[in-house]
Amino acid sequence: MSSTIATKKGKVKERQGSLFQWISGIVLGIGGIFFLLPFFWMIMSSFKPENEIVQIPPTFWPDTFTLHNFKYLFQNMNFDVYLKNTLIIVLFSFVGLFLNAVAGFGFAKYEFKGRNALFVLVLATMMIPSQVTMIPVYLILNSLGLTNTMTGIVLPGLVGAFAIFLFRQFMSTIPTELLEATRLDGASEYRIFLQIVLPISKPIIAVQAILTFIAGWNSFLWPLIIANDESLYTLSVGLSLLKGQYAANFGLQMAGAAFMVAPVIVLFTYFQKHIIENFSISGMK
Amino acid sequence: MRGFLNKQAPYIFIAPTLILLTLFSIVPILVALVISFTDMDLSGLANFDSISFIGFTNYTEVLADPVFLKAIFNTLFYVIIGVPLVILLSLSIALLINLGTSRIFKAFRVVYYLPSVTNIVAVAVVWSYLYNPSLGLFNYLLNLVGLPDVPWLTEPTIAKLSLILLALWKSIGLNMIIFIAALQGIPKSYYEAAQLDGANLWQQVTKVTIPMLRFAIFFVSITTMIGWLQFFEEPFVMTEGGPLDGTLSVALFIYQNGFKFNNFGYAAAGSFVLFVCIIAITLVQLRMQKNESDMT
Repeated sequence: MSSTIATKKGKVKERQGSLFQWISGIVLGIGGIFFLLPFFWMIMSSFKPENEIVQIPPTFWPDTFTLHNFKYLFQNMNFDVYLKNTLIIVLFSFVGLFLNAVAGFGFAKYEFKGRNALFVLVLATMMIPSQVTMIPVYLILNSLGLTNTMTGIVLPGLVGAFAIFLFRQFMSTIPTELLEATRLDGASEYRIFLQIVLPISKPIIAVQAILTFIAGWNSFLWPLIIANDESLYTLSVGLSLLKGQYAANFGLQMAGAAFMVAPVIVLFTYFQKHIIENFSISGMK
Repeated sequence: MRGFLNKQAPYIFIAPTLILLTLFSIVPILVALVISFTDMDLSGLANFDSISFIGFTNYTEVLADPVFLKAIFNTLFYVIIGVPLVILLSLSIALLINLGTSRIFKAFRVVYYLPSVTNIVAVAVVWSYLYNPSLGLFNYLLNLVGLPDVPWLTEPTIAKLSLILLALWKSIGLNMIIFIAALQGIPKSYYEAAQLDGANLWQQVTKVTIPMLRFAIFFVSITTMIGWLQFFEEPFVMTEGGPLDGTLSVALFIYQNGFKFNNFGYAAAGSFVLFVCIIAITLVQLRMQKNESDMT
């Protein structure tokens, strides 16, 4: 008798549970449509010819597919130059990634004078707002003769405290005995780093590499401030220039935006599991 | 030589990053402080001799500048409306996704996180198109359901709200992921104990989940607050501070004075006012968090 009541109760609960699942799924679905709408509209509009863009009511699916907008960007708007510059910046930011990893290792696995004070100093740089350093860094680069050069664009953002912090967190879990054993075999500290520590740190390096790529690909503020020549512009700077010059040509603007966003969407969707899990491991501890 | 290099290895490991961080983060703070007391402008850039110290003049002027005061008002508007909405929405979405059992909920994580990784300029360009008064999708959709046009970016207050909407869309994802990570750290046994005591889902969320998330909520509110006090790219790309300085933020004010009008000293003074505000607000929040944890 009592057991049937219990199962009845359980069934009611189950039904309530699945009702809740449905409702929350629908709520998240509607929100999700709103979240994806700008991307959808961007991609659809980038393939529309100009006369279809200004048409009212708008077409959801392009009536005539055209690649003209993309072609125009590369043939007349120097997007090939911007792409090259952006890729150079991405390449350099990987050098920065390596430097961050090396520093993270130095802070994680060595006892030396002033270590803690220096690490606090590194962390303190995270709190400084970029608006405060923006002007003085420009002045410093100017006095070094580095304004309007690729070096000047790359240097200010090359290393970052947060990445150093994450590398240190990860690398301090590497057993010291392992490093000690390699040391006894006569390996130098540099070899230990390259042949032992780097391979072990693959997971964190992979995640950082993706984030570094995205940050480099999206870099906007420093190229904007430092580059005067259009030959040094990145995709972001070029796109904001395009918005000013071709204010009414939305097809062209959407093509530029789609070209910037699509690689990141693909990369992120492919690696999302690792990126999101990285937050669970390192982010909140 | 090799022995020496090996002995100095830890210093050699940290030296490159420390030099770069010092040169581009620590030294600039001091430089900014110094030039905020000078009348440095474009001529001072070419010839250091033409710069002279003018004491607190920049600070008194910037604090009396109606444009700067407007920028402070706008920034507070962004923070007061934006930050609670970011926390509320990202927490609710994280809770719903975390309670979901079907595999589709994993896909929602990606959907909601996607705007966070995309380029701000591209995003602003796309949203400018969506907000366009005559050709934009938003006004078209409103008209479809019989509502009148909204002056998305042309009326000062609505323009601020439009920028907040865009910034919400962009910043919910990252905070949602932080909340999901924190939610997964709550031991299952806590919920089982609550269920044994007869707690329903709502009670479990309010009595177990939210208290356990206190640190995550604190972390998200501090970082979001600091981020929104530096609100910059959205008004820079979409409205350039207009209409009538209606969307001008403090960060954009600093940028414009520095790199458009080349008043480096004046802009540096403005940036220090912002810096002091950020530090003060952070300290107040830390103090509040400390009091709260003392009480429990």
